[in-house]
Amino acid sequence: MNHQTKEPLLKRVLDNPWLLLVLGVLIPFLSYTAWGWIELVLVQPAALP
Amino acid sequence: MSSTLTATFPASPDPAARALTRKCDTTGLNVCLEAERFIKFNAVSAVVFLLIGGIAALLLALTRWQAVHLLRVDWFYRILTLHGLNMLIFWILFFEVAVLYFACTTPLNARLFSAKVAWAGFAQMVTGALMVNYIILKGQADVLMTSYLPLLAHPLFYLGIILVATGTLTGVFNFFATLYVARRDRTYEGSVPLVTFGATAAAIIAVVTLLHGAIVMIPTFTFSMGWTAQPDPMWYRMIWWGLGHQSQQVNVCAMVAVWYLIAQLATGARPINETVCRTAFLLYVLFINIASAHHLLVDPAVGATWKIWNTSYAMYLAVLASMIHGFTVPASVELAMREKGHTKGLFGWVVALPWRNPAFAGAVLSVLIFGFIGGITGVTLGTQQINIIAHNTLRITGHFHATVVGGTSLAFMALAYYVIPLIFRRDFIWRPAARIQPWLFGGGILLVSLGMSFAGSMGVPRRIYDIDQSGAFGAAAHLMLGVMGLGALAAVAGLLLFVLLCVGTILAGERNEGRPMADWGVASTLAGAREGSLADDHWAVKGTVALTAVFLVCFAVYYFANWKALADVWPVR
Repeated sequence: MNHQTKEPLLKRVLDNPWLLLVLGVLIPFLSYTAWGWIELVLVQPAALP
Repeated sequence: MSSTLTATFPASPDPAARALTRKCDTTGLNVCLEAERFIKFNAVSAVVFLLIGGIAALLLALTRWQAVHLLRVDWFYRILTLHGLNMLIFWILFFEVAVLYFACTTPLNARLFSAKVAWAGFAQMVTGALMVNYIILKGQADVLMTSYLPLLAHPLFYLGIILVATGTLTGVFNFFATLYVARRDRTYEGSVPLVTFGATAAAIIAVVTLLHGAIVMIPTFTFSMGWTAQPDPMWYRMIWWGLGHQSQQVNVCAMVAVWYLIAQLATGARPINETVCRTAFLLYVLFINIASAHHLLVDPAVGATWKIWNTSYAMYLAVLASMIHGFTVPASVELAMREKGHTKGLFGWVVALPWRNPAFAGAVLSVLIFGFIGGITGVTLGTQQINIIAHNTLRITGHFHATVVGGTSLAFMALAYYVIPLIFRRDFIWRPAARIQPWLFGGGILLVSLGMSFAGSMGVPRRIYDIDQSGAFGAAAHLMLGVMGLGALAAVAGLLLFVLLCVGTILAGERNEGRPMADWGVASTLAGAREGSLADDHWAVKGTVALTAVFLVCFAVYYFANWKALADVWPVR
């Protein structure tokens, strides 16, 4: 039988640089870049006076 | 978990691997010879670009100091472009690649993944940086570092920046590949050391940064060649700040890793809680990049929800990370000092710190300037409502000279006092001058930052050649610009001294091969002291708790004073 204790979730996350890389790219891309880009696309051209 | 600097090594490497490494005579760690070579190349290049940026800084300060007003208008904007790119991009990125190559090899007992990849990255970076500097000095790229469209520079300018970005990305790839191979070959057991973890966080942020650089610079380059239409200026600003601001977040991570490293080297300090420190780095990885939105707080094309979310609610998680590091670094030092027997009162351990060690003094000044000046002003100016009274004033410049120069550059300089003896294997020349250098540079940049901040508070704009034309600024604003100018003279003197010390040591320093490096000074241990004796004493870091309380009071006073200043904009009578 395997009696090895499973490591805590946070430690497994911190020890996984590839997961951190994916999260580190995805979160700022969604929060800043994609959302900001959508806001720019939705800007209506100003009507001339 | 492992320590700040070293992991647990399962066994000595095989004989073939040993042939490509050397044992450090000071630390006893294995140093990969290929990595060592590229650490040298990148560190020397970094110092060269620091020198160029420093000379430019002096010329700019003596121009913004209205009583001197040195440069002609065209040369002011040319030199401002040169200063920004050399200081914020080239000096920092070259040094960071050096830090990455160290952090993925020596602490993990590993060898660099590929020398060819390292050559490819380095060649791209050097070529790109030289192209950019050449075309700026030729007068064909007076567009400032931001190069906001529709301002247009020569295509070489954009191509050079693209090359620097792809070259850095190549170095970052080499870092991750080395991490992968080290883990696969089990050169270490358990978690990577904290310094490697911090460097990993910096590398992840660098990936995001450089991707934004590619997204914005490639279409701008093709536009400058006449091949495609002009990108939308608002889109350009948003994506460009994904490069411009985030590249400074790479610095923050690398700087914090350097703080932990120097704290251990000079005082034997170990993080008081590794999981907390690593979680703080995780918060950087997840949330610090969105702070780029600070630069768009007065842009009309993005809405308030986007601005407030990205600069306040989510960003504060990254601020929390900085405050955690700002507590744990001095707390770990205090704990180490008290365990060495320096237990007198609240601050007896501070007096006993190795202040004559320039690396340690530089790191302490970096923590203080970054936290008290850069951090407090950054969070305050990044608040959307307050930003409206500070945007595009010298207050912004005052803020980032405290973070990037007083924080990052000073920390990197401090690290050089260990890097050069350990990697170039030569002891520093003019050691008394080296002990003064961090104080001269740190004191100077403090004056620069305060002078800019107070002048900005009076409305003095940034990026403006001549404020007297408006006739709006009185003696107080000019006094503060004078303070900035005097600070710049001291800071540039400190920078030139640093360059002189580094170059002089590399060329003429006494070789230390076969013996430990000449000691800069470490914290002394008193009789009867025992390591680990205070591990269960939760009040052992009461001095740091008191300092943290002072910091929070300063933060609160500054923050609410700015709300008061904002309210004064529209007095109700």
